[in-house]
Amino acid sequence: MRAFFDMGGYAAFVWPAYAVTLAVVFLNIFWARRALARSRQEARRRLQMQGEAS
Amino acid sequence: MDWTWFHKLASPPHVYALAVRLTPWFAWPAALCIAAGLWGGLVLAPPDYQQGDGFRILYVHAPSAWMSLMVYVTMASAAAVGLIWRMKVAHAVAASCAPIGASFTFAALVTGALWGQPMWGTYWEWDPRLTSELVLLFLYLGYMGLRAGIEDPQRADRASAVLAVVGVVNVPIIHYSVTWWNSLHQAPSVMRLAKPEMPPAMLVPLLLMLLGFTLFFVALLLTRLRGEVLSRERAASWIREVIRT
Repeated sequence: MRAFFDMGGYAAFVWPAYAVTLAVVFLNIFWARRALARSRQEARRRLQMQGEAS
Repeated sequence: MDWTWFHKLASPPHVYALAVRLTPWFAWPAALCIAAGLWGGLVLAPPDYQQGDGFRILYVHAPSAWMSLMVYVTMASAAAVGLIWRMKVAHAVAASCAPIGASFTFAALVTGALWGQPMWGTYWEWDPRLTSELVLLFLYLGYMGLRAGIEDPQRADRASAVLAVVGVVNVPIIHYSVTWWNSLHQAPSVMRLAKPEMPPAMLVPLLLMLLGFTLFFVALLLTRLRGEVLSRERAASWIREVIRT
């Protein structure tokens, strides 16, 4: 187990590389969902305004 | 040839519904492939005879670099379709690609730097491969900045599409930079016509990661595309139905 985390002495490079990539993966999930939620909210607001106008 | 499928792709409600239905079919296989690829790359693959365990950065670096290029080609192709056929959905696809591509280009640059330090003795060098990849990041950021800077969505679509299409010249430069010039970066060992030079225990996790990231990209693209399509449609009755659910 110790050897696994030590990565043959390359731990300081291997783990940050994996951390950055996985962070980008999870941030992309978060950003994509947030972008969709915002567009839906905006569309809802537009529809409401149209409803009031007519 | 029957072109109905193509015409259907120009219809926003059809695309929206299709994106809703398809997303899980890409997202879950992507999660499985990436999980298996990580396990294979970190645990099962043997250490490299020259780079020891340091080579394991390959399993996050190569898929990120692959994404940076593949997403750009997708974005430029969609932009070209949008310009040629004046197809709103195609512009929506291109706009959805940019933030995904930019973030993975960033990941490719950072993981590359973290690999460069122990193997080449430097985080950064103004080397053809590294420089052209940095230019790719600026292309993505320029594309996003241009879109954000133009108020009228149709003009933003067209102007940014021109930038995306012109910028595609950088893609072959990145890919062939290691063969055209004397680069610090190693030559391709998987993406080549001859047989790959890796043993299966090293190669299979890499292929799983590449496949997983590609599927993940499609799932992200479909999610973002729904938002882009919604924001481009004004006063269409189908919107009323999709935002209620």
